[in-house]
Amino acid sequence: MKFGDWRNRARARPKPAISSVMLTHTFNRRSFFLGAVQGGVGILLATRMGYLAVAENEKYRLASESNRVNLALIPPRRGWILDRNGSPLASNRAAFRVDLIPERLVHAEQTISELGQILGLSEIEVRDLKDKIDKAHGFAPVEVASRIDWDKFAAISVRLPDMPGVVPQRGFSRFYPTGPAVGHLIGYVGTVSAEEYEKEKNPLLITPGFKIGKDGLEKQYEQRLRGVPGARRTEVTAGGRIVRDLETREDVPGKPIQLTIDGPLQDYAARRLGLESGSVVVMDCATGDVLCMASMPSFDPNSFSDGIGRIEWKMLSGDDHVPLRNKVLKGLYPPGSTVKPMVAMSFLEAGLDPSASVGCGGGLRVGNRVFHCWNRRGHGTVDMAKGIYQSCDVYFYHFAQKIGMDPIAVMAKRLGMQEKFELPVSSQSFGTVPSPAWKEKKYGQPWALYDTVNATIGQGYMLANPLQLAVMATRLATGSQVMPRMLLDKQIPRPASLNFSGEHVAYVRQAMSDVVNGPGTAGRAKLPLDGIQMAGKTGTAQVVGLNISSGKGGLWKYRDHGLFIFFAPFDNPRYAGAVVIEHGGGSGAAYPIARDVMTFMFDPAKGMEALNTLEAGWGGNAIQRMASKYAAAEQLYGDNAPKPVSEAQVERAVDAVERPAPTPAAPQTDAASPAPEPVAPAAPAPAAAPASPGT
Amino acid sequence: MQTYVPKLIARQPWRVVLPLLGLVLFGSAVLYSAAGGSFQPWAVTHTMRFFVFLAMALVISRIRPDLFKLAAFPAYAVILILLILVEALGFVGGGSQRWLNLGFMTLQPSELMKPAIVLVLARYYDLLPAGEISSWRAMVPTLGLLGVPMGLVMLQPDLGTALAIGFGAAIVIFLAGVPLRWFVGAGAAVAVIAPIAFFTLLHDYQRKRVFTFLDPESDPLGSGYHITQSKIAIGSGGLFGKGFGNGSQSHLDYLPEPHTDFVFATMSEEWGMLGGLFVLFVFFLVLRWGLRVAQNAPDRFSRLLAAGMTLTIFFYVCINLMMVMGLAPVVGIPLPFMSHGGSSMMTNMICVGTIMAVERWSGERRGSGGLG
Repeated sequence: MKFGDWRNRARARPKPAISSVMLTHTFNRRSFFLGAVQGGVGILLATRMGYLAVAENEKYRLASESNRVNLALIPPRRGWILDRNGSPLASNRAAFRVDLIPERLVHAEQTISELGQILGLSEIEVRDLKDKIDKAHGFAPVEVASRIDWDKFAAISVRLPDMPGVVPQRGFSRFYPTGPAVGHLIGYVGTVSAEEYEKEKNPLLITPGFKIGKDGLEKQYEQRLRGVPGARRTEVTAGGRIVRDLETREDVPGKPIQLTIDGPLQDYAARRLGLESGSVVVMDCATGDVLCMASMPSFDPNSFSDGIGRIEWKMLSGDDHVPLRNKVLKGLYPPGSTVKPMVAMSFLEAGLDPSASVGCGGGLRVGNRVFHCWNRRGHGTVDMAKGIYQSCDVYFYHFAQKIGMDPIAVMAKRLGMQEKFELPVSSQSFGTVPSPAWKEKKYGQPWALYDTVNATIGQGYMLANPLQLAVMATRLATGSQVMPRMLLDKQIPRPASLNFSGEHVAYVRQAMSDVVNGPGTAGRAKLPLDGIQMAGKTGTAQVVGLNISSGKGGLWKYRDHGLFIFFAPFDNPRYAGAVVIEHGGGSGAAYPIARDVMTFMFDPAKGMEALNTLEAGWGGNAIQRMASKYAAAEQLYGDNAPKPVSEAQVERAVDAVERPAPTPAAPQTDAASPAPEPVAPAAPAPAAAPASPGT
Repeated sequence: MQTYVPKLIARQPWRVVLPLLGLVLFGSAVLYSAAGGSFQPWAVTHTMRFFVFLAMALVISRIRPDLFKLAAFPAYAVILILLILVEALGFVGGGSQRWLNLGFMTLQPSELMKPAIVLVLARYYDLLPAGEISSWRAMVPTLGLLGVPMGLVMLQPDLGTALAIGFGAAIVIFLAGVPLRWFVGAGAAVAVIAPIAFFTLLHDYQRKRVFTFLDPESDPLGSGYHITQSKIAIGSGGLFGKGFGNGSQSHLDYLPEPHTDFVFATMSEEWGMLGGLFVLFVFFLVLRWGLRVAQNAPDRFSRLLAAGMTLTIFFYVCINLMMVMGLAPVVGIPLPFMSHGGSSMMTNMICVGTIMAVERWSGERRGSGGLG
């Protein structure tokens, strides 16, 4: 045995140096040392405990409290946006919703597919959700679904412990009863972007369920509509399960704002625009209240507020009718013949006798050039009234040369052209009223005769937006400096007089009435009502030269814009407005809409009747058409739809299409060829017209 | 006086059993609270286990020294075989397995190795002639006896238990009188090898624990979470605690393992620093008793045995408490007599029983003991 051998050997030659007694001494010394070490460790531990529990007690008690208590902000209910009669244009609906905080996701793929199953999301919706999570910034909640029913909400709540990062809650979602009809006017709400959070470091902004105004009035009145968040203190486990509520503070809803808009009229006008790309503005002549400000096609703010999906983005960004542009404020158009009543007023104020006449033979030679009238066969003898109701260009060519551009430009500005109004909107394009001084400054070139000629028929450099046209109609109708307003307050504005002669105002009114009710260019615009007659003025604005397209048919983007300004009743104007149809092929596209809108104003039942007939032919109202269009696009693009860019990029895209059309970089050098007015009786197709670049 | 107390009862080592009973009952109260105010599933089994293993310890305490000496090497060999068996089974099962299922209980051989290594080394140095203590014979076989089981446990991988085995062995070697220069040399070698081993031998999760210990705030939601939450629990308890059953850290699941490794934090939150000092005081009594027994032991074998067992308990207490207070990295070492868990209770009671045995041997030589 090995050990036995050792023992024997050890016994055989013991080393005197070390004995077992010495080893016992060593043991005692060393065990005493170990005892001291143990005591030292004990003192160290007691000291450490004292440090943690007594010296740092405050800090750790706070940490323990902040573990235990979860303070959740309750997003405040957003203030309502009301129309002039107090009906909501934007309200809130109680809703169960589910959000997701990307930062807290543990099993992202699994959680998303489970959510998709419970909520019954389609493949495309799941993909949209993943897109949103990809571009989200960790801390910011991503909306999975809102307005879900109780069963689904309960199903998710039960599975919460297995799905960290998912936040189901009961809250309110924004609701726009008339959907796309108010899209441009009111804007929409959405989750906060990184830029917005950077600007306003408010924890409310990244609270799940909170939405911020992204466009239109929702953005302009964000602070007023927002309200004060409530708070809920709950005791939670580490896994996020709520053990009990400790206390809850109710939110304070945001303040409502009341608009001058007439909700039903706004909806009617938007629907009446139908398949066209255009806008309708109606104002109250006495107060300047904007009753309707419709721009179509539009987006549905209800679905925009839930986040913009692939298909939706593809549909909106690929549409040549630019549904993202608010055409009322950001669309600039050559006003065409709609400026003629204004020009006539400037003639009257300059002292021209309205009965002074000129013979129209289809054109007028100015220098060595011939300026055509839209009616190449000529109008015969034309005085001012006929110049307006027959829209004779030669009459205006002739007298504009006599009176000069400056009085016309001054009058244009007095009637609201190139004016920027005090309105709660982020931006408005205000166009151009050209004048000799303006051209000198802009291009360094002297004013030419053809510039005057072009300006008098609303072509050339002249540009205006539909709101300005409506203001012009209002001011012509009333002779007062009516200012448009969008917010209803108790103070009823008293517009200053423009100091026109009463006779002049009456004369222009009568001439404009004859456009519709007399031997004018818009006979079909006559209101189907007894005792109420509408006055108006047609306009057709060329988009490209006649050498490219006649402007009537062919490629949509080459067709003429159709315009119409109006007021009613013509002898005691209460309402005035403007309709602009982009590429409508002429004013014939515009004034039937004005007629129906005014009919609705005075006799809603009759107006609806006309609309219902039309909508039957268009395939439903705007919301229904949008839904079927979405379904078609889903079929068409399916999975291939491109990822929507980030929310911020969408906003930038909206901004980009809203930028006004630039003034031409090079000065124009020729006369515009006026496009034919549509319902001129038996007007033949124009003969080959001279090339007219730059119109 | 003594006539009123039956001799069998009077002879029992009450000086250690009473403090331990106090600690175990206190531990049961903490486990009762950690279970949300319920005796199930921890508090009852904890107390029952204590009494079962106390009986076992009392049996151990009656074993003669000869039998201890005789059994030292065979016991060591059997446990070593079990360790190899676990390793083999774990390899077949395709994962880390630390226990053997014996049908009626699960056995963790690495736990048994802690007292066994102390026993076998005490016996070895008992056999080694005094003169050989500074020769290679004092170290080389020892390193073999220690290295094999430690390596096997390390492979499982179970760093905490491997360190506990190494510590118990080092204590016996140190107390056996091996020259200090060897310890200095070993210390120097460790200083060289440790960094290399740290980056090659340790698993990622173990490395991470060490990094996290050095800077827990660097990863407050990951592995630093354990340390941070434990410190919050101890710190928020204050002087007198939040009251029995009112610990939010443990009840709301912020504290990981509130009934095993972090039971001290669970206790501190509700009982405060006073509870903590009570626990420290009980351990002070137990460890002082163990070391006194060792110093009064009749011979070299029992001296080394008692001291080795005492310091094995100390190692558990020291590492666990330093861990929960954020002074050591998170290693899976429970707190003796308080943490819920059969294996650790068994190991510690084997240590206590062995010390009791040594006390009995010395008492017999002097003719006194027990309550006297």
